[in-house]
Amino acid sequence: MNKEDYKIYVEGRATKSKCAKNCIFAFLIGGTICVVGQFLKNLYIYLGVIEQNASTLASISLIVIAGLLTGLGIFDNIAKIAGAGTLVPITGFANAVVSPAIDTKSEGYIFGVGAKIFTIAGPVILYGIFSGVIYGVIYYFMGVL
Amino acid sequence: MRELIRLKKEPRISSYYSIVGSHERKGPLGECFDEYSSDNKFGKESWEKAESEMQRLALAGALKRAECADADIDALLAGDLLNQCVGSSYGLIDFDIPYITLYGACSTCALSLGIGALLYNGGMANKCACVTSSHYCSSERQFRFPLEYGGQRTPTSQWTVTGSGAFILGNTGYVKISEVMLGKSVDMGISDINNMGAAMAPACIDTLKRYFNTSGCRVEDFDLVLTGDLGYEGSEILKELLLRDGIDIRKNHADCGLMIYDRDKQDKHAGGSGCGCSASVLAGKVMRDLESGALQNVLFIGTGALMSPMSLYQGGSIPAIAHLVRLESLNGNIS
Repeated sequence: MNKEDYKIYVEGRATKSKCAKNCIFAFLIGGTICVVGQFLKNLYIYLGVIEQNASTLASISLIVIAGLLTGLGIFDNIAKIAGAGTLVPITGFANAVVSPAIDTKSEGYIFGVGAKIFTIAGPVILYGIFSGVIYGVIYYFMGVL
Repeated sequence: MRELIRLKKEPRISSYYSIVGSHERKGPLGECFDEYSSDNKFGKESWEKAESEMQRLALAGALKRAECADADIDALLAGDLLNQCVGSSYGLIDFDIPYITLYGACSTCALSLGIGALLYNGGMANKCACVTSSHYCSSERQFRFPLEYGGQRTPTSQWTVTGSGAFILGNTGYVKISEVMLGKSVDMGISDINNMGAAMAPACIDTLKRYFNTSGCRVEDFDLVLTGDLGYEGSEILKELLLRDGIDIRKNHADCGLMIYDRDKQDKHAGGSGCGCSASVLAGKVMRDLESGALQNVLFIGTGALMSPMSLYQGGSIPAIAHLVRLESLNGNIS
Protein backbone atom coordinates (compact mmCIF):
# COMPACT_ATOMS: atom_id res chain seq x y z
CA MET A 1 0.00 0.00 0.00
CA ASN A 2 1.48 3.35 -0.97
CA LYS A 3 1.23 6.55 1.07
CA GLU A 4 -1.74 7.96 -0.83
CA ASP A 5 -3.72 4.73 -0.55
CA TYR A 6 -2.87 4.46 3.13
CA LYS A 7 -4.06 8.00 3.82
CA ILE A 8 -7.36 7.31 2.06
CA TYR A 9 -7.71 4.02 3.97
CA VAL A 10 -7.01 5.68 7.33
CA GLU A 11 -9.37 8.58 6.72
CA GLY A 12 -12.06 6.23 5.52
CA ARG A 13 -12.01 4.04 8.60
CA ALA A 14 -11.31 6.67 11.29
CA THR A 15 -14.03 7.07 13.92
CA LYS A 16 -15.87 10.26 13.06
CA SER A 17 -16.92 13.02 15.43
CA LYS A 18 -20.61 13.03 16.28
CA CYS A 19 -21.47 16.00 14.14
CA ALA A 20 -25.18 16.34 14.90
CA LYS A 21 -24.67 15.98 18.67
CA ASN A 22 -21.78 18.46 18.62
CA CYS A 23 -23.83 20.99 16.64
CA ILE A 24 -26.78 20.74 19.03
CA PHE A 25 -24.59 21.23 22.11
CA ALA A 26 -22.70 24.07 20.40
CA PHE A 27 -26.01 25.76 19.59
CA LEU A 28 -27.45 25.29 23.07
CA ILE A 29 -24.39 26.32 25.09
CA GLY A 30 -23.28 29.02 22.64
CA GLY A 31 -26.84 30.32 22.63
CA THR A 32 -26.94 30.34 26.42
CA ILE A 33 -23.74 32.40 26.52
CA CYS A 34 -25.34 34.91 24.13
CA VAL A 35 -28.48 35.05 26.28
CA VAL A 36 -26.31 35.73 29.35
CA GLY A 37 -24.57 38.49 27.36
CA GLN A 38 -27.92 40.02 26.43
CA PHE A 39 -29.13 39.73 30.01
CA LEU A 40 -26.01 41.53 31.24
CA LYS A 41 -26.45 44.27 28.65
CA ASN A 42 -30.06 44.81 29.70
CA LEU A 43 -29.01 44.79 33.33
CA TYR A 44 -26.39 47.49 32.74
CA ILE A 45 -28.93 49.62 30.83
CA TYR A 46 -31.38 49.11 33.67
CA LEU A 47 -28.67 50.32 36.06
CA GLY A 48 -28.38 53.53 34.04
CA VAL A 49 -25.48 52.81 31.68
CA ILE A 50 -25.90 54.15 28.11
CA GLU A 51 -26.50 51.46 25.48
CA GLN A 52 -23.10 51.63 23.73
CA ASN A 53 -21.24 51.31 27.05
CA ALA A 54 -23.60 48.58 28.22
CA SER A 55 -22.59 46.43 25.20
CA THR A 56 -18.90 46.92 25.99
CA LEU A 57 -19.50 46.16 29.66
CA ALA A 58 -21.38 42.96 28.76
CA SER A 59 -18.42 41.82 26.61
CA ILE A 60 -15.97 42.63 29.39
CA SER A 61 -18.12 40.73 31.88
CA LEU A 62 -18.15 37.64 29.65
CA ILE A 63 -14.36 37.87 29.28
CA VAL A 64 -13.95 38.10 33.07
CA ILE A 65 -16.28 35.14 33.65
CA ALA A 66 -14.51 33.02 31.00
CA GLY A 67 -11.10 33.95 32.42
CA LEU A 68 -12.23 33.08 35.92
CA LEU A 69 -13.72 29.75 34.83
CA THR A 70 -10.48 28.96 32.97
CA GLY A 71 -8.46 29.68 36.11
CA LEU A 72 -10.76 27.49 38.19
CA GLY A 73 -10.32 24.63 35.72
CA ILE A 74 -14.01 24.59 34.78
CA PHE A 75 -13.96 26.16 31.31
CA ASP A 76 -12.25 23.28 29.51
CA ASN A 77 -14.80 20.85 30.92
CA ILE A 78 -17.64 22.94 29.50
CA ALA A 79 -15.79 23.44 26.20
CA LYS A 80 -15.29 19.70 25.85
CA ILE A 81 -19.06 19.39 25.44
CA ALA A 82 -19.80 22.78 23.90
CA GLY A 83 -17.05 22.87 21.22
CA ALA A 84 -17.77 25.82 18.96
CA GLY A 85 -20.40 26.94 21.46
CA THR A 86 -17.73 28.29 23.79
CA LEU A 87 -15.13 28.94 21.09
CA VAL A 88 -17.07 31.32 18.87
CA PRO A 89 -18.33 33.86 21.42
CA ILE A 90 -15.81 36.17 23.09
CA THR A 91 -15.43 33.52 25.83
CA GLY A 92 -13.26 31.40 23.51
CA PHE A 93 -10.87 34.25 22.97
CA ALA A 94 -10.61 34.91 26.70
CA ASN A 95 -9.83 31.24 27.31
CA ALA A 96 -7.22 31.26 24.52
CA VAL A 97 -5.33 34.04 26.33
CA VAL A 98 -5.80 32.95 29.94
CA SER A 99 -4.98 29.25 29.45
CA PRO A 100 -1.40 29.77 28.15
CA ALA A 101 -0.86 32.40 30.86
CA ILE A 102 -1.71 29.85 33.57
CA ASP A 103 0.24 27.13 31.83
CA THR A 104 3.49 29.05 31.42
CA LYS A 105 3.60 30.57 34.89
CA SER A 106 6.17 27.94 35.89
CA GLU A 107 8.66 29.50 33.42
CA GLY A 108 8.35 32.93 35.07
CA TYR A 109 6.64 36.19 34.15
CA ILE A 110 9.02 37.17 31.31
CA PHE A 111 9.96 34.00 29.42
CA GLY A 112 6.82 32.17 30.50
CA VAL A 113 3.67 34.30 30.73
CA GLY A 114 5.08 37.31 28.86
CA ALA A 115 6.48 35.40 25.92
CA LYS A 116 3.80 32.76 25.59
CA ILE A 117 0.52 34.43 26.56
CA PHE A 118 -0.47 35.04 22.92
CA THR A 119 0.65 31.65 21.61
CA ILE A 120 -2.89 30.77 20.58
CA ALA A 121 -4.54 34.18 20.30
CA GLY A 122 -1.49 35.78 18.62
CA PRO A 123 -2.44 34.99 15.01
CA VAL A 124 -5.98 36.30 15.60
CA ILE A 125 -4.64 39.52 17.10
CA LEU A 126 -1.99 40.03 14.42
CA TYR A 127 -4.18 39.40 11.41
CA GLY A 128 -7.18 41.06 13.04
CA ILE A 129 -5.25 44.30 13.49
CA PHE A 130 -3.59 43.96 10.09
CA SER A 131 -6.89 43.57 8.26
CA GLY A 132 -8.27 46.46 10.33
CA VAL A 133 -5.43 48.69 9.07
CA ILE A 134 -6.08 47.69 5.44
CA TYR A 135 -9.79 48.28 5.87
CA GLY A 136 -9.05 51.69 7.44
CA VAL A 137 -6.79 52.76 4.59
CA ILE A 138 -9.38 51.72 1.96
CA TYR A 139 -12.13 53.43 3.93
CA TYR A 140 -10.03 56.63 4.14
CA PHE A 141 -9.40 56.78 0.41
CA MET A 142 -13.02 56.03 -0.36
CA GLY A 143 -13.88 59.07 1.75
CA VAL A 144 -11.32 61.22 -0.09
CA LEU A 145 -12.71 60.24 -3.48
CA MET B 1 22.28 -7.49 13.56
CA ARG B 2 20.13 -6.12 10.74
CA GLU B 3 17.12 -8.20 11.54
CA LEU B 4 16.35 -10.49 14.45
CA ILE B 5 18.88 -10.68 17.27
CA ARG B 6 18.75 -13.95 19.21
CA LEU B 7 20.52 -13.36 22.47
CA LYS B 8 23.18 -15.90 23.38
CA LYS B 9 23.32 -14.61 26.91
CA GLU B 10 19.73 -13.91 27.89
CA PRO B 11 19.13 -11.32 30.59
CA ARG B 12 16.39 -11.79 33.12
CA ILE B 13 14.16 -9.09 34.48
CA SER B 14 15.21 -9.10 38.11
CA SER B 15 12.72 -6.53 39.31
CA TYR B 16 10.24 -3.99 38.06
CA TYR B 17 8.23 -1.14 39.50
CA SER B 18 5.33 0.93 38.24
CA ILE B 19 3.93 4.27 39.30
CA VAL B 20 0.95 6.13 37.84
CA GLY B 21 -1.26 9.17 38.23
CA SER B 22 -4.88 9.40 39.33
CA HIS B 23 -6.60 8.69 35.97
CA GLU B 24 -4.59 5.49 35.49
CA ARG B 25 -5.31 4.43 39.04
CA LYS B 26 -9.04 4.71 38.27
CA GLY B 27 -8.64 2.57 35.15
CA PRO B 28 -9.19 -1.21 34.83
CA LEU B 29 -5.57 -1.93 35.86
CA GLY B 30 -5.65 0.52 38.77
CA GLU B 31 -4.98 -2.06 41.45
CA CYS B 32 -2.01 -3.57 39.59
CA PHE B 33 0.36 -0.63 39.87
CA ASP B 34 2.89 -0.50 42.68
CA GLU B 35 2.35 3.13 43.52
CA TYR B 36 0.12 6.01 42.54
CA SER B 37 -0.39 9.61 43.43
CA SER B 38 -3.78 11.27 43.60
CA ASP B 39 -1.86 14.52 43.20
CA ASN B 40 -0.73 14.51 39.56
CA LYS B 41 2.00 16.99 40.48
CA PHE B 42 3.56 14.40 42.80
CA GLY B 43 4.17 17.15 45.33
CA LYS B 44 6.27 19.20 42.92
CA GLU B 45 5.77 22.72 41.58
CA SER B 46 5.76 21.98 37.84
CA TRP B 47 4.52 19.15 35.60
CA GLU B 48 8.02 18.51 34.30
CA LYS B 49 9.34 18.13 37.84
CA ALA B 50 6.41 15.82 38.59
CA GLU B 51 7.48 13.58 35.70
CA SER B 52 11.05 13.56 36.99
CA GLU B 53 9.79 12.61 40.42
CA MET B 54 7.90 9.65 38.94
CA GLN B 55 11.10 8.38 37.33
CA ARG B 56 13.01 8.79 40.57
CA LEU B 57 10.38 6.88 42.52
CA ALA B 58 10.14 4.15 39.86
CA LEU B 59 13.87 3.49 39.76
CA ALA B 60 14.22 3.68 43.54
CA GLY B 61 11.37 1.17 43.86
CA ALA B 62 12.86 -1.24 41.32
CA LEU B 63 16.34 -1.02 42.90
CA LYS B 64 14.92 -1.65 46.35
CA ARG B 65 12.96 -4.68 45.18
CA ALA B 66 16.06 -6.08 43.43
CA GLU B 67 18.07 -5.38 46.58
CA CYS B 68 20.59 -3.48 44.49
CA ALA B 69 22.66 -0.43 45.26
CA ASP B 70 23.57 2.15 42.61
CA ALA B 71 27.07 0.68 42.37
CA ASP B 72 25.66 -2.72 41.34
CA ILE B 73 24.15 -1.31 38.15
CA ASP B 74 26.45 -0.90 35.16
CA ALA B 75 24.19 1.16 32.94
CA LEU B 76 21.05 3.22 33.26
CA LEU B 77 18.96 3.52 30.10
CA ALA B 78 16.20 6.07 30.40
CA GLY B 79 14.00 8.32 28.35
CA ASP B 80 10.75 10.24 28.15
CA LEU B 81 8.86 12.45 25.71
CA LEU B 82 10.11 15.86 26.78
CA ASN B 83 12.71 17.96 24.97
CA GLN B 84 16.24 16.94 25.96
CA CYS B 85 14.60 14.12 27.96
CA VAL B 86 14.49 16.36 31.00
CA GLY B 87 12.12 13.99 32.77
CA SER B 88 14.88 11.41 32.96
CA SER B 89 17.89 13.70 33.24
CA TYR B 90 16.62 15.59 36.27
CA GLY B 91 14.77 12.71 37.85
CA LEU B 92 17.68 10.29 37.81
CA ILE B 93 20.45 12.78 38.61
CA ASP B 94 20.92 11.51 42.15
CA PHE B 95 21.62 7.94 41.06
CA ASP B 96 25.30 7.19 40.75
CA ILE B 97 24.97 5.06 37.59
CA PRO B 98 26.41 5.64 34.08
CA TYR B 99 23.47 7.04 32.15
CA ILE B 100 22.37 6.69 28.54
CA THR B 101 19.49 8.91 27.41
CA LEU B 102 17.14 7.35 24.91
CA TYR B 103 14.50 8.90 22.73
CA GLY B 104 12.16 6.58 20.91
CA ALA B 105 8.99 8.52 21.65
CA CYS B 106 6.42 6.04 23.00
CA SER B 107 8.60 3.08 21.98
CA THR B 108 11.26 4.01 24.55
CA CYS B 109 10.33 1.30 27.05
CA ALA B 110 10.89 -1.48 24.50
CA LEU B 111 13.96 0.33 23.18
CA SER B 112 15.52 0.54 26.65
CA LEU B 113 14.81 -3.14 27.35
CA GLY B 114 16.21 -4.07 23.92
CA ILE B 115 19.42 -2.07 24.29
CA GLY B 116 19.82 -3.19 27.90
CA ALA B 117 19.50 -6.79 26.74
CA LEU B 118 22.12 -6.19 24.02
CA LEU B 119 24.55 -4.68 26.54
CA TYR B 120 24.04 -7.70 28.77
CA ASN B 121 24.36 -10.10 25.85
CA GLY B 122 27.62 -8.48 24.77
CA GLY B 123 29.05 -8.68 28.26
CA MET B 124 29.18 -4.91 28.56
CA ALA B 125 26.85 -4.83 31.53
CA ASN B 126 25.93 -7.38 34.16
CA LYS B 127 23.04 -5.34 35.42
CA CYS B 128 21.09 -2.60 33.66
CA ALA B 129 18.29 -0.33 34.75
CA CYS B 130 15.66 0.72 32.20
CA VAL B 131 13.32 3.59 33.09
CA THR B 132 10.71 5.43 31.04
CA SER B 133 7.92 7.84 31.77
CA SER B 134 5.35 10.19 30.34
CA HIS B 135 3.05 12.71 31.96
CA TYR B 136 -0.21 13.90 30.44
CA CYS B 137 0.28 17.49 31.52
CA SER B 138 3.92 17.95 30.50
CA SER B 139 3.28 16.28 27.13
CA GLU B 140 0.13 18.21 26.44
CA ARG B 141 1.99 21.47 27.05
CA GLN B 142 4.87 20.54 24.80
CA PHE B 143 3.04 18.89 21.92
CA ARG B 144 -0.49 20.26 21.90
CA PHE B 145 -2.35 22.98 23.79
CA PRO B 146 -2.22 24.57 27.24
CA LEU B 147 -3.99 22.37 29.78
CA GLU B 148 -6.89 24.68 30.44
CA TYR B 149 -7.50 25.43 26.77
CA GLY B 150 -11.09 24.65 25.89
CA GLY B 151 -11.14 22.44 22.84
CA GLN B 152 -12.74 19.25 21.64
CA ARG B 153 -10.61 16.17 21.05
CA THR B 154 -11.34 14.07 18.01
CA PRO B 155 -12.43 10.43 18.52
CA THR B 156 -9.10 9.21 17.08
CA SER B 157 -6.99 11.16 19.59
CA GLN B 158 -5.18 9.43 22.44
CA TRP B 159 -4.56 10.45 26.01
CA THR B 160 -0.94 10.55 27.23
CA VAL B 161 -0.55 8.28 30.23
CA THR B 162 0.82 9.72 33.45
CA GLY B 163 3.05 6.93 34.56
CA SER B 164 6.49 5.45 34.76
CA GLY B 165 7.93 1.97 34.75
CA ALA B 166 11.39 0.79 35.78
CA PHE B 167 13.04 -2.58 35.13
CA ILE B 168 16.30 -4.06 36.38
CA LEU B 169 17.96 -6.53 34.01
CA GLY B 170 20.38 -9.03 35.47
CA ASN B 171 20.94 -12.72 36.03
CA THR B 172 18.07 -13.40 38.43
CA GLY B 173 14.33 -13.38 37.92
CA TYR B 174 11.54 -15.43 36.41
CA VAL B 175 11.25 -13.65 33.08
CA LYS B 176 13.90 -13.53 30.40
CA ILE B 177 14.44 -11.50 27.26
CA SER B 178 15.37 -13.90 24.48
CA GLU B 179 15.09 -11.90 21.27
CA VAL B 180 15.36 -8.30 20.19
CA MET B 181 14.41 -6.71 16.91
CA LEU B 182 15.06 -3.02 16.48
CA GLY B 183 12.54 -1.01 14.49
CA LYS B 184 13.00 0.99 11.34
CA SER B 185 11.67 4.49 10.90
CA VAL B 186 8.52 4.25 8.78
CA ASP B 187 6.59 7.24 7.45
CA MET B 188 3.33 6.61 5.63
CA GLY B 189 2.48 10.27 5.28
CA ILE B 190 0.12 10.67 8.24
CA SER B 191 0.33 14.19 9.63
CA ASP B 192 -2.69 14.22 11.94
CA ILE B 193 -1.46 14.80 15.48
CA ASN B 194 -4.82 13.45 16.65
CA ASN B 195 -4.41 10.10 14.97
CA MET B 196 -1.09 8.80 16.21
CA GLY B 197 -2.35 5.22 16.06
CA ALA B 198 -2.60 5.46 12.27
CA ALA B 199 0.89 6.97 12.11
CA MET B 200 2.41 4.19 14.25
CA ALA B 201 0.60 1.14 12.89
CA PRO B 202 2.71 0.85 9.68
CA ALA B 203 5.93 0.80 11.74
CA CYS B 204 4.50 -1.96 13.90
CA ILE B 205 3.40 -3.89 10.81
CA ASP B 206 6.91 -3.55 9.37
CA THR B 207 8.57 -4.90 12.52
CA LEU B 208 6.10 -7.75 13.00
CA LYS B 209 6.33 -8.84 9.37
CA ARG B 210 10.12 -8.83 9.57
CA TYR B 211 9.92 -10.78 12.80
CA PHE B 212 7.63 -13.51 11.52
CA ASN B 213 9.60 -13.74 8.26
CA THR B 214 12.95 -14.22 9.96
CA SER B 215 12.23 -15.94 13.28
CA GLY B 216 10.45 -19.03 12.01
CA CYS B 217 7.87 -18.47 14.75
CA ARG B 218 4.15 -18.36 14.16
CA VAL B 219 1.59 -16.12 15.84
CA GLU B 220 0.22 -19.18 17.69
CA ASP B 221 3.56 -19.60 19.47
CA PHE B 222 2.76 -16.55 21.56
CA ASP B 223 0.24 -16.04 24.33
CA LEU B 224 0.25 -12.37 23.67
CA VAL B 225 1.34 -9.96 20.97
CA LEU B 226 1.45 -6.83 23.06
CA THR B 227 1.71 -3.46 21.31
CA GLY B 228 2.65 -0.30 23.16
CA ASP B 229 0.12 2.39 22.44
CA LEU B 230 -1.59 1.99 19.10
CA GLY B 231 -4.92 2.70 20.73
CA TYR B 232 -8.18 1.72 19.08
CA GLU B 233 -7.46 3.14 15.62
CA GLY B 234 -3.91 1.84 15.37
CA SER B 235 -4.79 -1.60 16.74
CA GLU B 236 -7.62 -2.04 14.25
CA ILE B 237 -5.38 -0.95 11.36
CA LEU B 238 -2.61 -3.29 12.56
CA LYS B 239 -4.89 -6.32 12.79
CA GLU B 240 -6.62 -5.63 9.49
CA LEU B 241 -3.51 -4.95 7.41
CA LEU B 242 -1.56 -7.86 8.91
CA LEU B 243 -4.49 -10.13 8.11
CA ARG B 244 -4.30 -9.05 4.47
CA ASP B 245 -0.71 -10.31 4.53
CA GLY B 246 -1.80 -13.61 6.04
CA ILE B 247 -0.76 -12.89 9.64
CA ASP B 248 -3.73 -13.20 11.96
CA ILE B 249 -3.04 -11.71 15.39
CA ARG B 250 -6.68 -11.00 16.23
CA LYS B 251 -6.91 -13.69 18.91
CA ASN B 252 -3.79 -12.90 20.89
CA HIS B 253 -3.27 -9.20 20.38
CA ALA B 254 -3.53 -6.67 23.18
CA ASP B 255 -2.54 -3.03 23.31
CA CYS B 256 -1.33 -1.28 26.45
CA GLY B 257 -3.15 1.88 25.36
CA LEU B 258 -6.44 -0.02 25.32
CA MET B 259 -5.77 -1.85 28.58
CA ILE B 260 -4.96 1.08 30.83
CA TYR B 261 -8.22 3.04 30.56
CA ASP B 262 -11.89 2.31 30.26
CA ARG B 263 -12.18 4.36 27.08
CA ASP B 264 -15.89 5.06 27.34
CA LYS B 265 -16.27 5.62 31.05
CA GLN B 266 -13.05 7.62 31.35
CA ASP B 267 -13.61 9.56 28.10
CA LYS B 268 -10.22 8.65 26.69
CA HIS B 269 -11.28 8.43 23.03
CA ALA B 270 -8.87 6.05 21.21
CA GLY B 271 -7.04 5.06 24.42
CA GLY B 272 -3.76 5.78 26.18
CA SER B 273 -0.38 6.69 24.72
CA GLY B 274 3.06 7.87 25.80
CA CYS B 275 6.12 5.95 26.89
CA GLY B 276 4.71 5.68 30.40
CA CYS B 277 1.79 3.73 28.92
CA SER B 278 3.64 0.60 27.82
CA ALA B 279 6.14 0.93 30.69
CA SER B 280 3.52 1.01 33.44
CA VAL B 281 1.27 -1.65 31.86
CA LEU B 282 4.25 -3.96 31.33
CA ALA B 283 5.59 -3.41 34.84
CA GLY B 284 2.17 -3.33 36.48
CA LYS B 285 0.31 -6.14 34.78
CA VAL B 286 2.13 -8.17 32.10
CA MET B 287 5.30 -8.81 34.10
CA ARG B 288 3.25 -10.21 36.97
CA ASP B 289 1.44 -12.58 34.61
CA LEU B 290 4.76 -13.70 33.10
CA GLU B 291 6.23 -14.29 36.53
CA SER B 292 3.26 -16.32 37.70
CA GLY B 293 3.33 -18.34 34.50
CA ALA B 294 -0.13 -17.19 33.42
CA LEU B 295 1.63 -15.88 30.34
CA GLN B 296 4.52 -17.86 28.88
CA ASN B 297 5.58 -16.15 25.73
CA VAL B 298 5.01 -12.50 24.95
CA LEU B 299 6.06 -10.40 21.98
CA PHE B 300 6.27 -6.87 23.26
CA ILE B 301 6.38 -4.19 20.58
CA GLY B 302 6.89 -0.62 21.71
CA THR B 303 5.42 1.78 19.17
CA GLY B 304 6.55 5.38 18.89
CA ALA B 305 5.44 8.36 16.83
CA LEU B 306 8.59 10.43 16.28
CA MET B 307 6.53 13.57 16.03
CA SER B 308 7.76 17.14 16.16
CA PRO B 309 5.20 19.97 16.09
CA MET B 310 7.75 22.15 14.26
CA SER B 311 8.20 19.62 11.44
CA LEU B 312 4.44 19.27 11.13
CA TYR B 313 4.05 23.05 10.74
CA GLN B 314 6.71 22.86 8.03
CA GLY B 315 4.53 20.43 6.14
CA GLY B 316 6.14 17.21 7.30
CA SER B 317 4.43 14.01 8.34
CA ILE B 318 4.96 11.74 11.34
CA PRO B 319 7.65 9.05 11.12
CA ALA B 320 7.09 6.16 13.47
CA ILE B 321 9.10 3.29 14.89
CA ALA B 322 8.41 -0.04 16.56
CA HIS B 323 10.97 -1.98 18.60
CA LEU B 324 10.34 -5.58 19.55
CA VAL B 325 11.50 -7.66 22.51
CA ARG B 326 10.46 -11.23 23.22
CA LEU B 327 9.71 -11.98 26.85
CA GLU B 328 9.56 -15.53 28.12
CA SER B 329 8.42 -16.85 31.44
CA LEU B 330 10.70 -19.19 33.36
CA ASN B 331 7.72 -20.08 35.50
CA GLY B 332 9.54 -21.40 38.52
CA ASN B 333 12.12 -23.26 36.43
CA ILE B 334 14.78 -20.87 37.64
CA SER B 335 18.19 -22.46 37.86
